[in-house]
Amino acid sequence: MATNVMAPMTGKIVRINVEPGETVAEDFEILVIEAMKMETPIYAPCDGMIEKILKKVGDEVEEDDVIALMA
Amino acid sequence: MIGPLSALIKTTGFVHLTPGMIFMWIIGLVLIYLAIKKEYEPLLLLPIGFGILLANLPLSGLMTPEHGLLWKFYEYGIHWEIIPPIIFLGIGAFTDFGPLLANPRLIFLGAGAQAGVYVTFFAAHAMGFNIMEAATIGIIGGADGPTTIFLASKLAPQLLGACAVAAYSYMAMVPIIQPPIMRLMTTQAERKIRMKKGRKISKREKLLFPIVSTFLIILLVPASAPLIAMLMLGNLFREAGVVERLKNAAQNELMNIVTIFLGLPIGATMNAQVFLQPKVLFIFGLGLMAFMVSTAFGILLAKTMNLFSSNKINPLLGAAGVSAVPMAARVVHKVGTEADKQNYLLMYAMGPNVAGVIGTVIAAGIFVTLLTP
Repeated sequence: MATNVMAPMTGKIVRINVEPGETVAEDFEILVIEAMKMETPIYAPCDGMIEKILKKVGDEVEEDDVIALMA
Repeated sequence: MIGPLSALIKTTGFVHLTPGMIFMWIIGLVLIYLAIKKEYEPLLLLPIGFGILLANLPLSGLMTPEHGLLWKFYEYGIHWEIIPPIIFLGIGAFTDFGPLLANPRLIFLGAGAQAGVYVTFFAAHAMGFNIMEAATIGIIGGADGPTTIFLASKLAPQLLGACAVAAYSYMAMVPIIQPPIMRLMTTQAERKIRMKKGRKISKREKLLFPIVSTFLIILLVPASAPLIAMLMLGNLFREAGVVERLKNAAQNELMNIVTIFLGLPIGATMNAQVFLQPKVLFIFGLGLMAFMVSTAFGILLAKTMNLFSSNKINPLLGAAGVSAVPMAARVVHKVGTEADKQNYLLMYAMGPNVAGVIGTVIAAGIFVTLLTP
């Protein structure tokens, strides 16, 4: 089942720690969003493989934007 | 020969130094150290620290009424109530009230966290501070620097330096002071509560917010007008979308300029005679109490609201009701993620956080209304 990794808040992506094809465990730090001058790590919502990454470092994201797909 | 020489020596500051002044140098240097080394509110504590050094150099005349340079900064910037409202213009320009509008019931948390202000007001009054001084000390609990300065300059100018330093120090220490209280007062299960998403806020709502709240708040508490007016004007700049330049000037250049003229004279009010009194220790003690009570009461209020609603609030959000923006919201987020890594509370916490700013201004406005003759 595919799971979306979504932005929990509006902000800018400052780091992406995974590559497509990589297997991650739940709570693995997938990427970091900067909002309110603070870096917030975004964790994997479940165990699985990163299927696709839709955004890149430096992109501004809105709340609920899909950043990556996990399978 | 001895006569003229000794006269010359007497014109230097050295012979007029007192132990109190040297003690104040140490305080000034500690603040400068904390600002540079620990980055505790460096934008304020650095000029304040330097101002303290200057105020405790004898014969400089910097704070001489009518003539001294720093006295003029103080008189026309702070006493005339110009700088704190200009700071609020900048705060308005960079504050997004969206999180507040998305979860309007979180406004109550911003109001609840003003409890520390009033509890401390009564405590300070009971301890022998006069009613004006007690109000000024209480407002430290709102954790809002410009509001504290605004109120102190109106009600108790003699306490301004101490109260401002207390307020800014405690704001810098939000990440140290708040978490133990937050952990103590919430259960692991409560900290894990995930917030339901608020509704989406339209551009029009955000645009109407500063206008409607200006009317509402100023009609309700007219004495809060100087701060609210500028706060909401700044926010209107932000949300209007057509005056990008004014928005940027308000939140960057103008804000930076007045910050310089705010910190320096505040430090300069802290000369040894005024500052080295047992009173000042009480101010710091009571200020800390105000801050802690505000934090605790915000959490309690969130827990109380949960008793009456099935849509649970994470009680940690209550701690963000103090107006240290955005430090308090960050702390809430961090403590929340300790319990559940995937609980992203930051944006929800910004709601009570910005409500707290307005709450503290209203609290100050109420004091001004009731206490000024």
